[in-house]
Amino acid sequence: MDAKDILGLHKNSFPSSLEKKSRPPKESHRKPDGISREVYALTGGMPPLMPSIHSSQLKKKPLPPEKVTWQWLPFTNSARKDDLHLYHWVRVVNGVLPTGDYSFAKYNKSVDIIKYTEEEYEKYLTDPMWTKDETNELFDLCERFDLRFVVIADRFPSSRTVEELKDRYYSVLRAILLARAASSGDVATHPVIKDPYNVSQEMERKRALSMVLSQTRQQEKRDEEVLIEAKRIAELRMASKVTEQSQLVVASNADAEVTEGAVPGETIPPSNVQLTPFTDNASTLASLRMLRVYLRTYALDQMVQASNSSAGVRTIKRVEQTLQDLGVNLKPRVPTKAVCAEHLELRKEILTWLNLQKQVQYKEAEGSSFRDGSYSEPPGTPKDRTFTLDSINFGVSSERVVKKDQKRKAHGTPPTAAHKRPRKQKASDF
Amino acid sequence: MPNTSSSKKHCQDQPQLSGPIPKSHMAKSEENKKNSGKKLKDVEISVPIVYGNIAFWLGKKASEYQSHKWTIYVRGASNEDLGVIIKRVVFQLHSSFNNPMRVVDAPPFELSEAGWGEFEIAITLYFHSDVCDKPLNLYHHLKLYPEDENSSMSTKKPVVVELYDEIVFPDPSEAFLARVLNHPAVHLPRLPAGLTLPPPIPVEDASKRRKGDTKDNPLSQWFLNFSEADELLQLAAARQQVQAHISKLKRQISLIEGQHKQLKSSSDQ
Repeated sequence: MDAKDILGLHKNSFPSSLEKKSRPPKESHRKPDGISREVYALTGGMPPLMPSIHSSQLKKKPLPPEKVTWQWLPFTNSARKDDLHLYHWVRVVNGVLPTGDYSFAKYNKSVDIIKYTEEEYEKYLTDPMWTKDETNELFDLCERFDLRFVVIADRFPSSRTVEELKDRYYSVLRAILLARAASSGDVATHPVIKDPYNVSQEMERKRALSMVLSQTRQQEKRDEEVLIEAKRIAELRMASKVTEQSQLVVASNADAEVTEGAVPGETIPPSNVQLTPFTDNASTLASLRMLRVYLRTYALDQMVQASNSSAGVRTIKRVEQTLQDLGVNLKPRVPTKAVCAEHLELRKEILTWLNLQKQVQYKEAEGSSFRDGSYSEPPGTPKDRTFTLDSINFGVSSERVVKKDQKRKAHGTPPTAAHKRPRKQKASDF
Repeated sequence: MPNTSSSKKHCQDQPQLSGPIPKSHMAKSEENKKNSGKKLKDVEISVPIVYGNIAFWLGKKASEYQSHKWTIYVRGASNEDLGVIIKRVVFQLHSSFNNPMRVVDAPPFELSEAGWGEFEIAITLYFHSDVCDKPLNLYHHLKLYPEDENSSMSTKKPVVVELYDEIVFPDPSEAFLARVLNHPAVHLPRLPAGLTLPPPIPVEDASKRRKGDTKDNPLSQWFLNFSEADELLQLAAARQQVQAHISKLKRQISLIEGQHKQLKSSSDQ
């Protein structure tokens, strides 16, 4: 009801719809004039809040169209130096011809090539490698071909390389600019003055580019491998460098130990920067030592991060959960040296414990695979390797494991039922 | 260079303390040779501090913009004078305070203000020149309102938030060491035997300094106690538990492996 009232009022505010005033209470039952019933229903049976087209507009007649004719007329092109008259079709509107220049004349742009005088040449531009004629010829070509040196090199009478031509052109330009400038400061910002053309560098660059382009696929692969290897070595060196740095003079800090690896451009980060996640405890300690002063909590944080770097996110969460279950603060309330040391040891032990839990799971799974008789695993699978390594780590003799592998190689038949009984007994021993 | 350091083959004749050692003769040996030989290796000085705030609700006298009177401070953990180490402390307050950068030049390093809002305060500690030339930053979130939203605020009992931490100087200079050798605010490890230090040079006129320790500070009744004993006990107990779990699991693993081995040997027959 309110909507209709609003609409009724709203409708009243439009002077063009005065004739519809009588409608408001019966809006939804009467379609308005001017549009068909179906179309009106599309709007939901209600008039739109804002009238988009008035029905009065629909009754109006459209404006009389413009009279457009096409005429075949002559024209001139201001970009041309001769007086050529050509003809083309022209759109004439209501008898009025279009004004203005030929529409494509504005595209006739060219580069402003500097023009030196005879005396300027004598004074500044003489060069043993270039005759005056050649220089003039060069500049003429530059003008004609808008500094497209590849074309110029092709058209140049004597054979000169693109680099030589560029060099001559830019050095002439530079000399002229400097000579003509009131003071050297005026032209200092000009690109030719700021970054002068360096022939040898350009030649080297192009040579290198062509080398890269012409590399065979094999060469590419080999290069990539070498780069990856070099990167790896550089990273290893970085890690050891951080530990070494702690024994160096503090004064000779960042300067002395820069890039040695085969990869150019890789530098060793300064010692006070954030640690990368791949550092171990020793290098964390070393980098802490490099700081002049730090807070104990910061040091603890770094050590915890270092020890967490080798574990996944889930493991870290489990460690923290375990700490909480044991009633230990995740961040010690009284972080003294002793407390921090104990805290770190505790974290390490929890990690060990979690690893052992995983190991037990693996072992039990292995046991059940025996029962199922799947001897398909070759000794070289990663699972075996983990076992071997873990066993060594935890002091269990590795000989037993090795023997097991050898036996597994030879074995092909599934265990008989007789085996099941002893194993079941053993399981109940737990 | 301290006399204790056993010279290795690379070590050339060390010049006097004041002379710099030329870079080219520095070798990467195990023995640490810092410039001018003034720094010591393996001696780490740690200064236990407590920092935080105490806030009193003003009760009837509270206005809209000043509902609490609070004090932010840095003190020695056992209320000793930190002026030996710290030259000055700068508290950076919220920009709505005028002169938000407040400098406290002498201990006790505390700052009192009145306000209504909680915000983070950046505390910068500047040390004496022989201690360290780089300042250290701490951050503390000012707390005015009690944790428990339901508990009523009283003008008598303040809200206290204190955090314990330790400032560590991994390679202190000899001058610093000499100065703080027996100061109660500073923790030193056992010094290498036979270490001779230069005589201590006081950094400021002792007579002019006002009492810097916070033992008789009016707020000291609210200071919290931080004892590492509780934490150590907690940690030791936790470690014991974990170690017990570890041994249990190790036994389990060897049992399983024994099983497997038996299984192999019996199936071979």
